[in-house]
Amino acid sequence: MTNPTHLSYTIEHEWLETTGDTARIGITAFAADALGDIVFVDLPAVRSTVVAGTPCGELESTKSVSDLFAPVDGEVVEVNQAVVADPSLLNSDPFGAGWLFVVRVTRSPELLDAAAYDGIAR
Amino acid sequence: MPSSASLQTPLHALHEALGASFTDYAGWQMPVRYGSETAEHHAVRTTAGLFDLCHMGEIEVTGTEAGRALDRALVGRPSAIPVGRARYTMICDEDGGIIDDLVVYRLGDDRYLVVANAANTAVVAAALTERAGGFDATVRDATDDWALIAVQGPTAAAVVAGLTDLDLTTLKYYAIAETRLAGADVLLARTGYTGEDGFEVYCASSEAAATWLALGSAGAEHGLVPAGLACRDTLRLEAGMALYGHELTRRTTPYDAGLGRVVVHDKPEGFVGDAALRARAAAEPRATLVGLRPAGRRSPRAGYTVLDPATGEAAGTITSGSPSPTLGHPVAMAYVAPHLATVGLTVQVDVRGSREDAEVVDLPFYQRTT
Repeated sequence: MTNPTHLSYTIEHEWLETTGDTARIGITAFAADALGDIVFVDLPAVRSTVVAGTPCGELESTKSVSDLFAPVDGEVVEVNQAVVADPSLLNSDPFGAGWLFVVRVTRSPELLDAAAYDGIAR
Repeated sequence: MPSSASLQTPLHALHEALGASFTDYAGWQMPVRYGSETAEHHAVRTTAGLFDLCHMGEIEVTGTEAGRALDRALVGRPSAIPVGRARYTMICDEDGGIIDDLVVYRLGDDRYLVVANAANTAVVAAALTERAGGFDATVRDATDDWALIAVQGPTAAAVVAGLTDLDLTTLKYYAIAETRLAGADVLLARTGYTGEDGFEVYCASSEAAATWLALGSAGAEHGLVPAGLACRDTLRLEAGMALYGHELTRRTTPYDAGLGRVVVHDKPEGFVGDAALRARAAAEPRATLVGLRPAGRRSPRAGYTVLDPATGEAAGTITSGSPSPTLGHPVAMAYVAPHLATVGLTVQVDVRGSREDAEVVDLPFYQRTT
């Protein structure tokens, strides 16, 4: 699987697509594959505040449940209702239709580029 | 992904070629899924799945007193099993705690095959050896000699029928026959752990790969797909079947697990655990195994606490829980205080910090219709 070079990454296997002061956030193909078939997605509410490194939702597959960590500080401005309705989008298109939520970023820790993330996701 | 498990089945290279993901299971590197575990689950419910179960333990018990020795060692009565049939049974400690759950096949008057869970095989073989002392019975852990491949699902019979001369209509549920399958000498059993019709094929480890490939080819036209341990777990959970280490442990007895029917007390020579299990059968249960249907979409998982809805106090523990691919909602099994073990009652489960309702329901969650 290839990690797109225009995205930033975290060690928690999330990707961020930054546009101005907002970041669209999802999980990587590596993470989706490790979880297996994701059947339930719990996302933070719009207008809620998230804090980098703390759980803000859950991803549940048939065999396990994982916390979704906020990669940055900020306010949630949009969530992907399509992936809530059809969590299989996370497995079929994790970098695209399977995006999770958008945050207006107030503080961002240092993120990884694709090359650095490639070294982790193996 | 690197693996610390040391043991590989004779089918390992075939799984790698199929792109399997592996998991460490009881010291074995086992295929957890090949692609989508949900698709594999649905295949077993609608067509058929092919499982590598070579990690399971095969223990041969032979001798003129093999049946008597097993009657002494196990809670059931293997001496009464007709040749060519199988029974689900258990081996317990003196205190009634479950050491393992087993399938015992009677292959001949003086010949039995005891199939144990991978994690317990060594312990079971040691206990059987000790308990067979004084009888004309020999216990041998033959796990390395035997491969076990399961074909499970509504089309399983069609898959197997093309590879053997045996008339499968004569092979009833929990029966076993020595026959040939795709040119190999096999034990063909109509047993399984999925809630579907199906077969378990025991063959020499050296013939495992050829047997797997023959079944795979024969199954292509019948919707047979390789299926990993992930779907095996959701299939057995839907079917309400207990899993050692979850519903069954050293701290539980067959009665706790609702499986008291496997215990035969009126054996002339008694058995290990007899007295403790008699006392347990007569006493009020400490906890009862129930099915739970959570109201929400978040699934309780093994180890989560069940709460008494009246008091909010802890009143049980989830033993297995998962989203059910067939039913489309979570299902769980739990040991709960006896006063909560009433079908229709609503209890609560602490699901990762939030209290969520779950209804006590009958097991199994899923039962095949044909």
